[in-house]
Amino acid sequence: MLLGPALAVSAVLFTIGVAGVLIRRNAIVIFMCVELMLNAVNLTFVALAQRLGVSGQIFVFFVMAVAAAEAAVGLAIILAIYRHRETVDLGKINLLKG
Amino acid sequence: MTTTIFWAFAAIAVGSALLCVTRRSPIASALWLVLTLFALAALFVILDAQFIAVLQVLVYAGAIMVLFLFVIMLLNLGRAGPSDRKGALAWAVAGALGAGLLVPLAGLARAAPPAAIQLPEGTMAALQQQQGLVGAVARPLFETYLVPFEITSLLLLAAIVGAVVLAKRKL
Repeated sequence: MLLGPALAVSAVLFTIGVAGVLIRRNAIVIFMCVELMLNAVNLTFVALAQRLGVSGQIFVFFVMAVAAAEAAVGLAIILAIYRHRETVDLGKINLLKG
Repeated sequence: MTTTIFWAFAAIAVGSALLCVTRRSPIASALWLVLTLFALAALFVILDAQFIAVLQVLVYAGAIMVLFLFVIMLLNLGRAGPSDRKGALAWAVAGALGAGLLVPLAGLARAAPPAAIQLPEGTMAALQQQQGLVGAVARPLFETYLVPFEITSLLLLAAIVGAVVLAKRKL
């Protein structure tokens, strides 16, 4: 039930997340767009779990754990960068540019 | 009725996701993302995943987004920077790439898993009736997926240590 619509909504949300990563420069906002993409994938897992067994919901569990770990480490990295450069603008953080 | 509620929450999720991406201030972006996460939790309930919906509100909207807001306010980034959003060229590229991604992904909406591996309609609801909302998720988590579950705890430990080391000024 509602499998097709749920997959369509998750496709739209994922696309919005990708577009957000491309049009923003603020590192924190880009990070939030990544979280949006992870959530779109979670919606896919939950929608398919209805017809393919409860394993899909377990995978959402693991995705959430990884997202929490990623948010903690990523925000710590952003804090460390801000301390050195006084900015979180990815246009100005170009140390790895050749 | 269920379909109407589904589309209402789907519209809220998509609309607030768009606002999250386009608002200039990071605080506004974060708050719109919280609304998206709540709407997604409602969709999870409609899709027979009540326990996951509770986790979504507790972990995502409750913990992760508070961490985001905390960092934004700690770094005093609440005001929008002048160069936060890229120029018209980046918008065009993002639009084109987004459309190019959406077309193949939208094909998913018509795809269905092969009938041979599909469970009959209403299996999940019956399972939840029988084992309880939490039990239906907990039983496979602690039986079939016990090893991945334990490895997740190692991942979280590594994340804690990593976050402390990275955020500390001097060790």
